[in-house]
Amino acid sequence: MKDPKSKNATSGKQGGLNAEIQSRIGHQLRAMYDDVVRQGVPDRFADLIRKLDASDANPQMGTAGEKNDGRD
Amino acid sequence: MPLTNELRDDILASVPSLRAFAISLSGNGDRADDLVQETLLRALANIDSFQPGSNLPAWLFTILRNLFRSDYRKRRREVEDADGSYAKTLKTQPAQSAHLEFEEFRAALEKLPQDQREALILVGASGFSYEDAAAICGCAVGTIKSRVNRARSKLSALLYVDGAEDFGPDETVRAVIGGSGG
Repeated sequence: MKDPKSKNATSGKQGGLNAEIQSRIGHQLRAMYDDVVRQGVPDRFADLIRKLDASDANPQMGTAGEKNDGRD
Repeated sequence: MPLTNELRDDILASVPSLRAFAISLSGNGDRADDLVQETLLRALANIDSFQPGSNLPAWLFTILRNLFRSDYRKRRREVEDADGSYAKTLKTQPAQSAHLEFEEFRAALEKLPQDQREALILVGASGFSYEDAAAICGCAVGTIKSRVNRARSKLSALLYVDGAEDFGPDETVRAVIGGSGG
């Protein structure tokens, strides 16, 4: 069994970070980050961009596509 | 430049990593999504100031970071992630054996000073170069390097040197006791 806290993981002083620990930290950091990245684009953001895009691309039209909030 | 379809798609493609960065910064999933939303609105409102051909993700990350700095950091103190809301935002539950280690890592990351945490995430997870990270944080490249190094040392100490933080006081106490006793 390999315990991340076992004393042989360090050489006793904080300054000497060994390569194994560094690669472990890098791996965990990316795993945590990528878990969120893999969730993709939530609908709320896709909708937001689509709406803004529609109103921005057709500023003369007032109401664009399905978006009709009663403003002329 | 104007908002072309291509640029819009590129912005949308940056959303997953913007969320990951926002969650890393704020430690709170709901707040992070508000932060991302505000970033997108800000980016689209200022799209004319984006230089075609420059690094779009870096531009978006800069906006997000500045928003977080100006607003969210103050509020964060009120809503610390005491109940592990970060972990709840993850759809894929880590395997049980890895779960403890994951929680431990997350907690250690939370203990880092803000400057060090963001530098480490930008370079170590988002994959930005030191130069890009420096531009995003508005500091020198050397400053980013030193923050990343300190972040790594501290994480290493927190995770792999059991109770490292207690050694100092402990030994001081022992020295005092030993000194007065002898």
